[in-house]
Amino acid sequence: MASIRVVHYLNQFFGQIGGEEKADITPFSKEGPVGPGTALENALGNDMSIIGTVICGDTYFNENIDTATEEIVKLIASFKPNLLIAGPAFNAGRYGMACGAVCTAVQERLNIPVLTGMYEENPGADMYKKSIYIVKTGNSAAQMRTAIPAMGRLAIRLAKGEVIGSPAEEGYLARGIRKNVFHAQRGSARAVEILLKKIKGEPFATEYPMPVFDRVTPRPAIKNLSQAKIALVTSGGIVPKGNPDRIESSSASKFGRYDISGINNLTAETFETAHGGYDPVYANQDADRVLPVDVMRKLEQEGIIGQLHNIYYATVGNGTSVANAKKYAHAIGEELKQAQVDGIILTST
Amino acid sequence: MVKELEEVVDVPVVHVCTVVPISLTVGANRIDPAVAIPYPLGNPQLNQDEEFALRRSIVEKALQALSTNVGEQTVF
Repeated sequence: MASIRVVHYLNQFFGQIGGEEKADITPFSKEGPVGPGTALENALGNDMSIIGTVICGDTYFNENIDTATEEIVKLIASFKPNLLIAGPAFNAGRYGMACGAVCTAVQERLNIPVLTGMYEENPGADMYKKSIYIVKTGNSAAQMRTAIPAMGRLAIRLAKGEVIGSPAEEGYLARGIRKNVFHAQRGSARAVEILLKKIKGEPFATEYPMPVFDRVTPRPAIKNLSQAKIALVTSGGIVPKGNPDRIESSSASKFGRYDISGINNLTAETFETAHGGYDPVYANQDADRVLPVDVMRKLEQEGIIGQLHNIYYATVGNGTSVANAKKYAHAIGEELKQAQVDGIILTST
Repeated sequence: MVKELEEVVDVPVVHVCTVVPISLTVGANRIDPAVAIPYPLGNPQLNQDEEFALRRSIVEKALQALSTNVGEQTVF
């Protein structure tokens, strides 16, 4: 009989409820493992069993972070677990936010070890890696086979209260915690060794990585809105009906530029979304719900803004790598600089 | 995207989004909270006029953000 009680948190997709059309379901629980929970339970060995699974829709969670967390912690607590495992969420942003928030809340309030798994670019990773153990995974569910054993290994060690090694040894994302250790070689010798490697152009690992502050200076405000040219950009995938550039529904390989001269309103007949990461029903009915062309035209007519830039730019922000998002934004930015716009509204779903 | 646009174009950029914590983590300087993930600037439960008014209020807030000097990340 397994003695360590584990609860598993999943989203609607991995919880086998449905896709984006079910992403607004409220939290509920089931006895035993569900979906990837079966493989996870096998990876946990004989002493541990998944006694329950808590499932919540990603959209519901992210639109109601506080109440959803509250409800989920209650459901998890009712199983009286010794350990919580969430995900893995791979590069799914909303799911990663949910896994991180749920783990952090459970760790604080139920005082039990917690663990999740994510791709390092998941926004949930940046947000929660300092508070909890996040096992580093690949960027898509195709890597489930390697993620599960890695999470299982760390989960066993956490549940048994073992001393957890460094991020590199254990495969989790660095939490920024420094520990004193005895090293066979003294510091000066190690420093010279690293320096020599660096001079020779060989790979070396620093013992003290510098934090990366990836921030931009806020640009000064627009002084006179009634003279300003404003551009619209979206990561919500709004494209002319038929998606002429065939922007992919996830991991988009490109962005599109679309002329909206003379267009005062986006309609179901003329525009749609190419985005595969949210329920497309509402944007397909009226794309102004994501890209507010109708309101911008009205404000232009009323003279509140000088003009709406007649080209808008769109890509699909769904599993998009940070490097690609930056690349597309750079190219879009070059064009908008040429067009001498005074301000940009970027909408995201 | 929001940071790269601000850097390259050298003009203020406002991020209209529903999940504000993500935008804060990513590093947007001006943030305008939206309605819901599948309809950030709308609400299918409202009638057409009400929905337009709602959308207008969010866009007006975005314009207010663009017209306000900020020294650090600001949620409007």
